[in-house]
Amino acid sequence: MDLYEYQGRELFERHGLPVLAGGVAETPEEARAIAERLGGGVVVKAQVKVGGRGKAGGVKLAKDAAEATARASEILGMDIKDHRVNQVMITVTADIAEEYYFSYLLDRANRTFLCIASVAGGMDIEQVAAETPEKVVKATIDANTGVDEAKAREIVAAANFPAEVTDQVVDLAVKLWQAFIAEDATLMEVNPLARTSSGEVLCLDAKVSLDDNASFRHPEHAALVDVAAVDPLEQLAKEKDLNYVKLDGEVGVIGNGAGLVMSTLDVVAYAGEKYGGVKPANFLDIGGGASASVMANGLEVVLSDPAVRSVFVNVFGGITACDEVANGIVQALALLEQRGEQVTKPLVVRLDGNNAEAGRAILDAAASPLVQRVDTMDGAADRAAELAAAGV
Amino acid sequence: MARPTGPPNSRLRGSDMAIWLTKDSKVIVQGITGSEGLKHTRRMVAAGTNVVGGVNPRKAGQSVECDGAQLPVFASVAEAMAATGADTTVIFVPPQFTKAAVMEAIDAAIGLAVVITEGVPVHDTAAFWAHNVTAGHPTRIIGPNCPGIASPGASNAGIIPADITGPGRIGLVSKSGTLTYQMMYELRDIGFSTCVGIGGDPVIGTTHIDALAAFQDDPETDAIVMIGEIGGDAEERAADFIKASVTKPVVGYIAGFTAPPGKTMGHAGAIISGSSGTAEAKQAALEAVGVKVGKTPSETARLMRKIMSGG
Repeated sequence: MDLYEYQGRELFERHGLPVLAGGVAETPEEARAIAERLGGGVVVKAQVKVGGRGKAGGVKLAKDAAEATARASEILGMDIKDHRVNQVMITVTADIAEEYYFSYLLDRANRTFLCIASVAGGMDIEQVAAETPEKVVKATIDANTGVDEAKAREIVAAANFPAEVTDQVVDLAVKLWQAFIAEDATLMEVNPLARTSSGEVLCLDAKVSLDDNASFRHPEHAALVDVAAVDPLEQLAKEKDLNYVKLDGEVGVIGNGAGLVMSTLDVVAYAGEKYGGVKPANFLDIGGGASASVMANGLEVVLSDPAVRSVFVNVFGGITACDEVANGIVQALALLEQRGEQVTKPLVVRLDGNNAEAGRAILDAAASPLVQRVDTMDGAADRAAELAAAGV
Repeated sequence: MARPTGPPNSRLRGSDMAIWLTKDSKVIVQGITGSEGLKHTRRMVAAGTNVVGGVNPRKAGQSVECDGAQLPVFASVAEAMAATGADTTVIFVPPQFTKAAVMEAIDAAIGLAVVITEGVPVHDTAAFWAHNVTAGHPTRIIGPNCPGIASPGASNAGIIPADITGPGRIGLVSKSGTLTYQMMYELRDIGFSTCVGIGGDPVIGTTHIDALAAFQDDPETDAIVMIGEIGGDAEERAADFIKASVTKPVVGYIAGFTAPPGKTMGHAGAIISGSSGTAEAKQAALEAVGVKVGKTPSETARLMRKIMSGG
């Protein structure tokens, strides 16, 4: 989960990291109240999870509370790269003398964590690394020993931070690591890390990603999810414990196993090229056991997407037996009828693997006018795309 | 393509067949008393795996009934190894306890640990991986969030269905479970030496490269299918490795061409971030080193079939 900047700022503050005083507002009136509390000049920043908001006009200075209110009303409701601005963060301004860069992140390739530090901050670190690699220090962090003061001094020295900020950056490096561990983060990036003209080191931005797998030890992270920004179908699926991602096509996809479903999306898109560019409408992995209720829930979510014109159920019976899956589909259709859902969209079902013959026989015997059986993945994708293109 | 020939008596020397897991492997199960652990222990035993016991510190001294036999439950991996000579552990414990279970397996210096558990925090995986590195790599770790490893006809450690395919001379390495099964099924008439599901998490103990290297050295493997998916750059690095060190034919498949950036596709590691991790980049990297990449699983199987029939 990626956090908004204001959530990152608050999280940093809780972990004792130096941040600018500020708050978050959803209305111009709230922005005014925060600006009045802070006093003096403030910065009003659009809260979107996308880069380039400054260029898009989403970051503005205000000299007092009245101006902050006006800037907030301009920025709230803006559309920045298809992201609607629902919140603005208001912070005091800082008199910046120098901008640095500091981050911890997961290094997948080396199966460990990485610290990236540079005295050339404020811009895209990848660009700095490409143009002046000597200005970027990448230090591997041992996941079990972490960053203590000695390790932090090593990093700060290697990155050539100016002597007058060394102690402050070392302290920040240790605290940021403690926060990184405590929150189960996969990224904590401070860009810029600034030195003010009075010599103070401050985190002016906070880019934070948290590991969803660690949510069992962080019940408090659930509150960080921006429910308003979550697609309503994705929310419905989440409530039903389904692994669903909304896409923008017409063929609903249900399958078992993340890899097979990803592959199904691709095969549907290839098949759709023949039918005027029909595309998959969603990713939905129903996991190992495809019981009737799980199948019914999956069908319900997929069919409630108005863009869906046909559904492709693609199951490879590994441990799951296909006869159970077939029964699941038949029962799911009956269950949906009981729930009062009118199912009118055609289902193309491909069953292969464990007990496939028995599963196919069950579908044939049920003889639902909505269900078409095609026994290869490519053939079934083609049929589902064709049906979606034809409409209902 | 000339077939590499194994030693003259290789057909009889079961222990030389396949990679990492053979018919001689002695397997224990951490979490054997849990419902998933027990269910899959029974499946493994039915598949011919030599399961010699399990571990659960709270139920040490008890035993678990399995296929008419009693499997002893030990207090620790070390104790189980001392009593049974186990060299492989399959881990089914819940995510909260996975880090401790793998650490224990590493401390006992067991040769192979197959971590089935899904949903392990990446900090925990990074911690047990770092522990294994510091200890000098006593343990080959497969997973987490993986279906395990199967050497058809010899042994099966994990949850890969044993009856999809029989033994043969294709090696398979995959990030995805069901795509592994799909490919085993498509090529079931030819058969596999070993199928390794390495898992879909961002940090995993055994990589595509590790499996490619092992298959390259395995006299019982003639050709390799490599299945990847979006996220990270493991497939790109595998392509570099293939160019430098793999002479056996490799066929590839990548899932996730239609996945949009920023959305996790089921597996924690399957996410396109920025410009990296796309299926296009992975396909291009593999094709640049001469690996034929199928557009669909069935086309991939056809490419492999052609190679195995000498085409």
